[in-house]
Amino acid sequence: MGAPSYSIVLTGAVSIHVILYAFDPAAMARIPGNPFIDTSTIDPIPMPSTMSDSPVIRVESVSFSYGETLVLERIDLSITAGEFVGLVGPNAGGKSTLLKLILGLIEPQSGRIRVLGRPPREAARAIGYVPQFPSFPRDFPICVEEVVAMGRIGLGSRWSLGWSSRADRVAARQALAKVEAADLARRPIGQLSGGQLQRVLLARALVGEPRILILDEPTANIDQRAENDIFDLLAELNQRLTILLVSHDIAFISEYVSRVACLNRTLTCHGTSAIDGDTIQHLYGGHVRQVEHQHG
Amino acid sequence: MAEFFTALATYGFLQSALTAGLLASVGCGVIGPFVVVKRIAFMAGGIAHSVLGGMGAALYFGVDPFAGALMAAICSALLIGAVRLSWKTQEDTLIGALWAIGMAIGVLFIAKTPGYSSDLMSFLFGNILLVPTRELWWMAGLDLVLVATVALFYRQFMAVTFDEEFARLRGVPVALFYLLLLCLVAVTVVLLIQVVGLILVIALLTLPAAIAGHYVHSLGVMMLIATGLGALFTTLGLALSFGPDLPAGPTMILLAGGVYILSALVSRQLHRRRAWRQATAVSG
Repeated sequence: MGAPSYSIVLTGAVSIHVILYAFDPAAMARIPGNPFIDTSTIDPIPMPSTMSDSPVIRVESVSFSYGETLVLERIDLSITAGEFVGLVGPNAGGKSTLLKLILGLIEPQSGRIRVLGRPPREAARAIGYVPQFPSFPRDFPICVEEVVAMGRIGLGSRWSLGWSSRADRVAARQALAKVEAADLARRPIGQLSGGQLQRVLLARALVGEPRILILDEPTANIDQRAENDIFDLLAELNQRLTILLVSHDIAFISEYVSRVACLNRTLTCHGTSAIDGDTIQHLYGGHVRQVEHQHG
Repeated sequence: MAEFFTALATYGFLQSALTAGLLASVGCGVIGPFVVVKRIAFMAGGIAHSVLGGMGAALYFGVDPFAGALMAAICSALLIGAVRLSWKTQEDTLIGALWAIGMAIGVLFIAKTPGYSSDLMSFLFGNILLVPTRELWWMAGLDLVLVATVALFYRQFMAVTFDEEFARLRGVPVALFYLLLLCLVAVTVVLLIQVVGLILVIALLTLPAAIAGHYVHSLGVMMLIATGLGALFTTLGLALSFGPDLPAGPTMILLAGGVYILSALVSRQLHRRRAWRQATAVSG
């Protein structure tokens, strides 16, 4: 294969960046040092048969602006069941805004979003969300187990009354064990380190039995080792869940994700084209297969 | 102090006052922690002061001031809540405006009401010794409403107080529960006004919960301790004020304020000592 002509411009504020990595488990498994090297863990059909081929998240020509600042311009994004999509882009590029739109926390001024075929607000309970910054006061009088159990609200009836049930507490303990934080269950939320808090937030997202996991910079405030652990866990979860993850670290996430989309006000997805794997590996230090990039 | 307890056995008005204090402490214990952890003390202050408008109007039209206070408190809570939910900017200015407008309306009504205007002082600073039996029943009823509502929707209130964004994602009707919480704050404010008056309400609403918050890491336990402290401050305040014939409301508040400051210093010291012990244990 000859070296393809492509370029990546990360400075032009209005240029369109699209980087698309195709994920091929078989090919990935051949690459030494790959986290997916253990082919026994790779399920050839990584999703339950109940999931159809229709995209679990579909963003159609969505634009959004805060006041007079256009943050997102005609975004199209389609994510199918079982994918692990990394969303990268410069600060203020609109990454968090796009997540908020998909979660139904804000409404787009134009365009349409469907999550599991429904409007985002109706589908939000099927999504596990890990925010970049905890949106709660750290001095709140609450222990870890109670925080995680809150992720079960809305599983039963909308008006389910009272206190968290025994089943909720058991589920909270299991979710904490899943993220290797079972020993933190009785700790006050204010006494956790950054990495511990991140695990707890992940447990809170998982305890609600989500079909989609959305994470906003899950590793921004933690060290490299904890970051590796979390990504290994996400790779494992990806066998059951569709994952959309925002990250600033393109090289790092490229080891794990099936597709990377770069967002800077605009985002366009293209089909993959052949590219020399070594070049990309050299460029990003990751085990990626293909890149496509287009200027606007 | 001793003479208070002997007098308590003889005088019905003292027994009523003690009951009023205990009933009020249930409200301050159950709702106070929400006000403290949600940091809506200023909002609660706004609700409390605008209540004077309702009380003044009730007095003018010859209605029970208690009913007027309740109406005004709920209206003001809903208004402040709606402003917070839809306006967002300059929320504090708007609360301040409602605060002052409510008081101005109240003062005008009271000025135009024929007869004594001595009621104004008891509205502002409370007069626990004059709480009629009828209002004790009202207070007990409101306590029941508070406790039942919080018990029924404990999870939802906790979720909305802890993390509004996450609560919304879990399908909790956040705006509804936020407004409901403010209404419960309004009810509590009316309860406490009977005891310490609308100006001092904010202290009795926040201080017992804040003291509890120095030591416990659970909202439920915080409620229990705050209720106990509320009962302690109202009873002890009443007892201390009786002998030297001091106004009961301000005595209770000074007691609560003194304990709060002391507790803040003690808990700070405890934290430091714990950290120090932790650090020295590691370094051997």
